[in-house]
Amino acid sequence: MTAVSTRGVTPRTTLTRGAGLGLGAVVLWFSVLVLLPLAAVVAVAVNGGWQGFANTLGNPQTRAAIELTVLTSLGVAVLNVVMGTLIAWVLVRERFPGSRLLEVVIDVPFALPTIVAGLVLLALYGPSSPLEINVANTRTAVFLAFAFVTLPFVVRSVQPVLEQLDREAEQAAHSLGASAGTTFRRIVLPALIPAIAAGGALSFARGVSEYGSLVLLSGNLALRTEVTSVRMLTYVENGNLAAASVVATVLLAVALLVLVAIDVLQRWLVRRG
Amino acid sequence: MAKTARRLLVVLYLLALVVVPVGLVFWNALKDGLEPVVEALTDPVVVHALQLTLLAAVWSVVLNAIFGVAVAVLLVRYEFPGKRALNALIDLPLSVSPVVVGLSLVIVYNVRDGWFGEPLAAAGIQVLFSTPGIVLATTFISMPLVVREVVPVLQEQGTDQEQAAQSLGASGWTTFWRITLPGIRWGVIYGVVLCFARSIGEFGAVKVVSGNLTGRTQTATLVVEQLYQNFNQAQAFTIAAVLAGAAIIIISVVATLRVRVERRGA
Repeated sequence: MTAVSTRGVTPRTTLTRGAGLGLGAVVLWFSVLVLLPLAAVVAVAVNGGWQGFANTLGNPQTRAAIELTVLTSLGVAVLNVVMGTLIAWVLVRERFPGSRLLEVVIDVPFALPTIVAGLVLLALYGPSSPLEINVANTRTAVFLAFAFVTLPFVVRSVQPVLEQLDREAEQAAHSLGASAGTTFRRIVLPALIPAIAAGGALSFARGVSEYGSLVLLSGNLALRTEVTSVRMLTYVENGNLAAASVVATVLLAVALLVLVAIDVLQRWLVRRG
Repeated sequence: MAKTARRLLVVLYLLALVVVPVGLVFWNALKDGLEPVVEALTDPVVVHALQLTLLAAVWSVVLNAIFGVAVAVLLVRYEFPGKRALNALIDLPLSVSPVVVGLSLVIVYNVRDGWFGEPLAAAGIQVLFSTPGIVLATTFISMPLVVREVVPVLQEQGTDQEQAAQSLGASGWTTFWRITLPGIRWGVIYGVVLCFARSIGEFGAVKVVSGNLTGRTQTATLVVEQLYQNFNQAQAFTIAAVLAGAAIIIISVVATLRVRVERRGA
């Protein structure tokens, strides 16, 4: 094999000895800390066989939790696709007084500890709400918590694409008599679709895995407001690691699917240039 | 006009979802003056929890900064088999439920039949229900953040200067310290800040592995939960406000850094 050193950003084709050692150390660390523990979860779940999966996923309380989590995450992902794209548009194209501040507001849910996010929402939408809107312990609370913690995903994935978008095509469409709505639908939206989809997928994955913000807000009522992570924690606390692992394996599969989908989308984005 | 309606919708949505609720938490914490705040924060249980949170966050930042820079350099500068898989798997900790993270650590580190727990217990090291477990959980959950910030900066930096240094006889190590690292330092700082924010806020994974023992393995977020559930809501809101304040200060720093980096890049 020949290592042809090319100019610019082209990566070197072979590892030097130092880099090879580094790669070994990094892969070892990543495997010990992340991959092996996650593999152990799958191993425990598979150990129980099909019967283990069928028993756990056939449990009405567990099934209700998974259904609620998946459906609410989907609903919130759709909300984020619409609102996130709109927010990104306003932030990029319509600078107005205070819009810099909105930039910071978008990142707040990402930075806030999840348990604090739950308390924050309880302050306005809980039993002591100054607006007298109390959604605590309802499915609305689950939706609200998911919407809060997933707010940044679509905005942050659409924003850079929108910033780099060539505006000549839009101006051409406009000068040919297309309305603002038509220009957006026919010129801007097609360019944004991969970024919107990637943001929506991340938002869905985050919703499905959410735990902390719901603990105090949703009441965790069986069959009504209990989400998958809470259900799983109950299994752990009761010492039923096998059942917890089955649920965890389902969640891991969802997370991996989303990562693969995003990888494919990114490659598509790069190919389109 | 459509433009006004659009802006109004965005502003109202963000006010209702983020600004007013967060503001209300600060209001709840501060409405009776600073005295209850000081009282809440000097409670020995709270002090211990804050110390533990800080300790775990510092460990997680140090470990993830080293790991993050190494992974980013390998992913951007080298070709090797399995690169695409590593690139995709690195993000796994961000999309996995914290409870799954906690569960996975319980399975491998329990002293009865854990793959790592059994030999470690024989060596007299306890991971679960003690500080090492909390550090592991916190590090796990915030692992991808530095990588994700450094990769684009490295890509943009290119290899011209590194090659120049090497053709002048600098060793790989010298090139890294003198050329590569200074060039990516804002990316590293930005990643470290995000990693720190994520680490002090970790809740679910720590709850599973720590055993939540008051005054021993309880972190700040666990104290907030316990205070609220014990109907000590005023104190819960106070500590929540402190954590929220720290988070908001951190993201403001990040936002300022981002502007500086962008100006430099332009």
